[in-house]
Amino acid sequence: MSAATTTTVLDVLASLCLLGGSLLTFAAAVGLVRFPDLLARTHVAAKPQVLGLILMLVGLSLRLRTLQVLWVLVLVAGFQMLTSPVAAHMVSRAGFRTGKVRHDLLVVDELSRDMEVAESEIRAEVSRDDERPAD
Amino acid sequence: MILPVVAVCVALLAAAGVLALVRAERGPSMLDRSVALDILTSTLVGAVALEAAWARRTDGLPMLVALALVGFVGSVTIARFASVEPEGEGRVLTREELASLETERSRRTEAEMRQVDDEDHGGSPAGEVKG
Repeated sequence: MSAATTTTVLDVLASLCLLGGSLLTFAAAVGLVRFPDLLARTHVAAKPQVLGLILMLVGLSLRLRTLQVLWVLVLVAGFQMLTSPVAAHMVSRAGFRTGKVRHDLLVVDELSRDMEVAESEIRAEVSRDDERPAD
Repeated sequence: MILPVVAVCVALLAAAGVLALVRAERGPSMLDRSVALDILTSTLVGAVALEAAWARRTDGLPMLVALALVGFVGSVTIARFASVEPEGEGRVLTREELASLETERSRRTEAEMRQVDDEDHGGSPAGEVKG
């Protein structure tokens, strides 16, 4: 395979990756506008967004084709994968605690169930302490 | 060859940015806005990467690292201090509502001023005998 063919193939691959990344970013933004509640929007910011960004970075490294650039882009993708779950988790937790979650849309809601169980246990303990005579 | 691809990508990224701004404007809560700004930041990272791929330049790459590192700080901070927002709080007031709020506030301040003795505002002291 000649050098020119290799260049063309790599450029085509880079173009495909860039296109796919932009499409995923656009899809994430559409989901952000259309999805009904906070948890669904957090999902959109955490998953398709990050995949789209990584695709764009792969496209960029295929286009630039140097090792230094590749390391920088690996770093960027790593940071993105480290930070976006943290942000999504913090936002979801704060949203759950301040009542911005629509419980009718949830398929599984283990946290509410566990919190109810814990509260009823605490109540039972408190009433047991009340019944016991003071020393 | 790459020019039409870049044009399509720019259009998609611009549309994504506008949609994220729409969500940031609509709210309804602070957390929704912070998620929207998160998406806007990653769209920005994508745009810088696209420009670098188009011009085969590498001087935008430190920007990518910085954005990827700092982008999440905002939403984590906002999430840390999130509180229960009353219904209807998370929207921009119209001009009339703002004006009525302002008049209400100035009326209340004036009423408070009148309750305090005149003495405190430079009038003659109440207990002083004159003449």
